[in-house]
Amino acid sequence: MESAAQSPVLARRSSLLEGGTDWRRRAVNRLMTVLIAGAFALAMIPLISLVYEVTKRGIPGLSLEFFTSDARGVVGEGGGAAHAIVGTLVITLVASVISVPIGIMAAIYLNEYGKGRLRQALTFFVDVMTGIPSIVAGLFAYALFELFLGPGIRLGVMGSVALSVLMTPIVIRSAEEVLKIVPNHLREAAYALGTPKWKTIVKVVLPTAFAGLITGVMIAIARIVGETAPLLVTTGVVDSMNSDPFNGRMQNLAVYAYNEYRSPGVFKQAAYDKAWAAALTLIAIVMLLNVAARLVYRHYRTEIR
Amino acid sequence: MLGVVTKRSAAEDGKQTMSNGPVGRTSTEPVVKSGRGAKTIEVSGVNLFYGDFHAVEDVSMTIAPNKVTALIGSSGCGKTTFLRSLNRMHELTPGARVAGHVSLDGEDIYGKGVDPVEVRRLIGMVFQQPNPFPTMSIYDNVAAGLNLNSRRVPKSQRDAVVERSLRGAHLWEEVKDRLDKPGSGLSGGQQQRLCIARAIAVEPEVLLMDEPCSALDPVATLAIEDLIAELKSRYTIVIVTHNMQQAARASDVTAFFNLDETGKPGHLIEVGATDQMFTNPSQQATEDYVSGRFG
Repeated sequence: MESAAQSPVLARRSSLLEGGTDWRRRAVNRLMTVLIAGAFALAMIPLISLVYEVTKRGIPGLSLEFFTSDARGVVGEGGGAAHAIVGTLVITLVASVISVPIGIMAAIYLNEYGKGRLRQALTFFVDVMTGIPSIVAGLFAYALFELFLGPGIRLGVMGSVALSVLMTPIVIRSAEEVLKIVPNHLREAAYALGTPKWKTIVKVVLPTAFAGLITGVMIAIARIVGETAPLLVTTGVVDSMNSDPFNGRMQNLAVYAYNEYRSPGVFKQAAYDKAWAAALTLIAIVMLLNVAARLVYRHYRTEIR
Repeated sequence: MLGVVTKRSAAEDGKQTMSNGPVGRTSTEPVVKSGRGAKTIEVSGVNLFYGDFHAVEDVSMTIAPNKVTALIGSSGCGKTTFLRSLNRMHELTPGARVAGHVSLDGEDIYGKGVDPVEVRRLIGMVFQQPNPFPTMSIYDNVAAGLNLNSRRVPKSQRDAVVERSLRGAHLWEEVKDRLDKPGSGLSGGQQQRLCIARAIAVEPEVLLMDEPCSALDPVATLAIEDLIAELKSRYTIVIVTHNMQQAARASDVTAFFNLDETGKPGHLIEVGATDQMFTNPSQQATEDYVSGRFG
């Protein structure tokens, strides 16, 4: 048996209790705390100033007209971005309709069925796809539609295809991560009841992962909703309301803001205000999506051990 | 007779019931009456592998119906692996392989054209960690086997199955007022009994239990052991346990597994009636193990 006096741990502790002289450890601790807090503050500065700036400059451009009318025939002041808001929503919705089923099913394949080389190769290509520059996705979609519909074609759905090229890998990645944390013992419990694999996935794995899957989808949407470059070459620029993605050009908020800033016309300030208001609206949409994702997650999450 | 056994013809049912003979099915307590009966498992020359690793070597034994067979042995000797080979769960592990024969009343469960899903319907399993489905209520957990197996069961009949299974698992009284609450809200012992109810709701012929009490306190353990003693009148039960008192208390037959050294495959040392195994085993290794000299 080791006596208390011989134990280095106990000896150290008693010296601490006596007030200690371990000033070096405390100094390092304090220094690290300051460094970490400083890094955090540094990271917050651009974020907060961005939100502040966009809000400050965006509010003057907001009006009922901004949300209710389009910019058809408007020269100078007046006119709104309703067509851009609708366009953003429609393009994003169609992109999600394309990406979400493909992405989730691909993730199910990768996590539940795929094995060996093929799985590795697919995972690699998904990773590569996450890094595709967005303009490449836009050009890809344009080239695809040009093949069938001729040069110069501009459609809302083309933008959706371009965005889904960007969105699908994000959905796959996040869904795969979520499926991975569904514990294997739940699958085994279902198998032991004589449940076929596909049914185990549909009735046990997916419901357990539901909250995480929805969150992943929302974050993927938030990631693509503000894309500009791929939409410039696919949906074009237009001043009038168009809610049909299969017919004619379609405006969206990002391109609208870009356009108001690039060619403000004579009434410069009014155009700039509208550009900032569009930016603010876009940020608001992203924030709403994030809040919705959190609410869904909180409501549907399952406690899994 | 329960109507859920729609897949089997009446003739088949009759034949099975007859061939089972007097299996001590007490009519006084119609808890989970099964159209099928307990069956004999015949294991011969089974070798189990994980990739290149030879986990279990050359096991041959007969598991009798309406008896509790306990598999004992030190950790890593392949008891659980062997258990999982009895309902074809072993092969779900990537790289896992099975060689040899396992038959259920003469039918090779590894035979050509045998669907492992069908095998698992006949041979149920209870796991070490209670694992109720977290997205389902208590009711749905018990009915999961029926729902997941796409058997169309009318609501009234499903209610009956759920109640019978929960009664069979001695859980009904505790949960009957909160069947719609999530199963994960129950205590560990209750969750394990819920898992047993879920397993017997599909009316298997064999029930495999992989250390069902290792995560439970002594009171909950006792409840499960009582339950096992009762369930054996209707099922063939195989239980893996690390607890030798449990094997002595709860089983009729004990099989002792051991391995020569780590990295070598585990194998069956001997199998015999539990009292004999614990008092007068024929192998020295068994005696050393059950008397606590090692392991």
